[in-house]
Amino acid sequence: MKYQNLGSKPTRNGFGIALAEMGEKHNNLVVIGADVTGSVLTSFFKEKFPERFISVGVAEQNATTVAAGLALSGKIAVFSSYSAFSAFRNADMLRVSVAYNDVNVKIGGGHAGVTVGPDGATHQSLEEIAFVRALPNMTLVVPADYEETRKATIAVIEKPGPAFIRFGRPSVPMFTTPESVFEIGKANVLTDGSDVAIVACGHLVWEALLAADILESKHGIKARVINNHTIKPIDVKTITDASIQCGAIVTAEEHQVHGGLGGAVAEVVAKNYPCPIEFVGMRDEFGGSGEPDELMIKYGMTHKEIVMSVFKVLERKEKGFVGYRKVSDVPISDN
Amino acid sequence: MDFKVEFSDLTFENKRREPEEYHQIALEIRRDIIKSLVLAKSGHSGGPLGISDLMTVLFFGGYMNYQPQNPSYEQRDRFVLSSGHMAPVLYSILARAGYFSPHELTSLRKFGTRLQGHPGLDVHLPGIETSSGSLGQGVSIAVGMAISDRVIDKNDRAVFTLSGDGELQEGICWESAMSAGSLGLDNLCWIVDNNDCQIDGRVKNVMSIYPIKDKFESFNFDVIEIDAHNYIELVEAFDKFEKNKKSKIGKPTCIIAKSIMGKGVSFMHDDYKWHGNPPNLEQAKKALEELI
Repeated sequence: MKYQNLGSKPTRNGFGIALAEMGEKHNNLVVIGADVTGSVLTSFFKEKFPERFISVGVAEQNATTVAAGLALSGKIAVFSSYSAFSAFRNADMLRVSVAYNDVNVKIGGGHAGVTVGPDGATHQSLEEIAFVRALPNMTLVVPADYEETRKATIAVIEKPGPAFIRFGRPSVPMFTTPESVFEIGKANVLTDGSDVAIVACGHLVWEALLAADILESKHGIKARVINNHTIKPIDVKTITDASIQCGAIVTAEEHQVHGGLGGAVAEVVAKNYPCPIEFVGMRDEFGGSGEPDELMIKYGMTHKEIVMSVFKVLERKEKGFVGYRKVSDVPISDN
Repeated sequence: MDFKVEFSDLTFENKRREPEEYHQIALEIRRDIIKSLVLAKSGHSGGPLGISDLMTVLFFGGYMNYQPQNPSYEQRDRFVLSSGHMAPVLYSILARAGYFSPHELTSLRKFGTRLQGHPGLDVHLPGIETSSGSLGQGVSIAVGMAISDRVIDKNDRAVFTLSGDGELQEGICWESAMSAGSLGLDNLCWIVDNNDCQIDGRVKNVMSIYPIKDKFESFNFDVIEIDAHNYIELVEAFDKFEKNKKSKIGKPTCIIAKSIMGKGVSFMHDDYKWHGNPPNLEQAKKALEELI
């Protein structure tokens, strides 16, 4: 395989390290904590710049609007909590005070997805990509590994305006390097191939690479793996090219199959150059307690489901575009 | 009906004044509110009329440091209208302060206007510090601004915010109050417009938020209760805030302004039904006859 696991690390560490790094560079960077600073690793910044760290307690709504107030005072304001609370508890604040105001607030959505593990369904945010990407003015990034999260955090801090960065709790394989290019809005094509495209984000990018390796070595299928780290603004060109050149797409994300990366890709494809798409993700249900690996298997978000979805989408590709078939032939998808 | 709505060109300086002068300015503000609302054909009448006296003292009594010709002047004090539906009074105040022409008040709530139904930062109306209208968010934004000034930059700027009383039913208000009190933001002046009216009726009947004073005091605020139509009390309240801020009392100030919805217009007086309605032409004419 072209990509190797260079060492497993949590993506949240990349966020924490980058914040502390950016605190040096930007003396107007202020971080707001809502009691889980050791979890989302804003604690690194807090230790280094206590005078620019504001603790508001477990009050995510106030944290978000206070961030907006700081941004309206010329600060780069960062607020991070678990994604379940920094995207939903404060949803109206994100919409009005952050997005509508179009201010320099950066929201960290940590412990995202089922991989937060034993905490269970209440803490497993699986819907925030759908919500956040619907907000005008927002930038939304879902980086794949430690190194990319570090770079993505720096990039959203350097880019004026509201942004949301989503990352996870567990150690996951790191396959990007300090030299890998990261540019907001520009998806990275990781493997060449034109039989099928696998568009993934976050923890599922590594699974997509594993899937592509199996597809090629065991089945002779060449998959184009696209690391679509920026959900908004979406990279229309790379996705449309994939649709034109591969004619079949599988999306993969640790998020509900409705409204997330899959939805974003489908919108681009439907509008520009339709092709069959299969969606790997959470299938319209809530998670539960367990170890991250057990949960990813249970809820069908591993390389195995990606491989199966590639078979499914290639079958559809071979039969021809769904629009040319009789309505009665169209299978009703369960996801 | 032979009735033409016209706005004067008057602007007012920001300086200490005698009660009668405040009264005259507040009358002009009230007339603006009626005129802009009758043209808009929608919007909130009662609240803006009720808070006109307080807003007049705050903006034209020398209590706020601002420069209408240079709206983003760095040392300015800031005002956040948390109850965004009260926009008609703020728009009139800003126009009369010289931020923009009073004639623009004719565009309230109309297509393409800078005078949005609730203030929007995206339309760049000079003097507007933030979008607001989703209740409870403005006070929290004001707390963020006050943190920026007091805790981070350690400067002398003040932040004023106006919330409704019904607005205090929003949970975020109390998160904000907790943080303001806990951080000792003595540069923050939180005004509660206490007219005891909201859309569905009396605040105490919809959901009581009383006792307001005890609540804010328990959150470490210095609380001042005043009659929002008594200029002597208004002046004393803002003097007290200035003193609290200057002496770094370590507490935010809360002014509970007991106001009367629709104040100045007999048929709107203390009637919650005027929370969210504009006057029609006939009512506007009658109101303007009373506001002289």
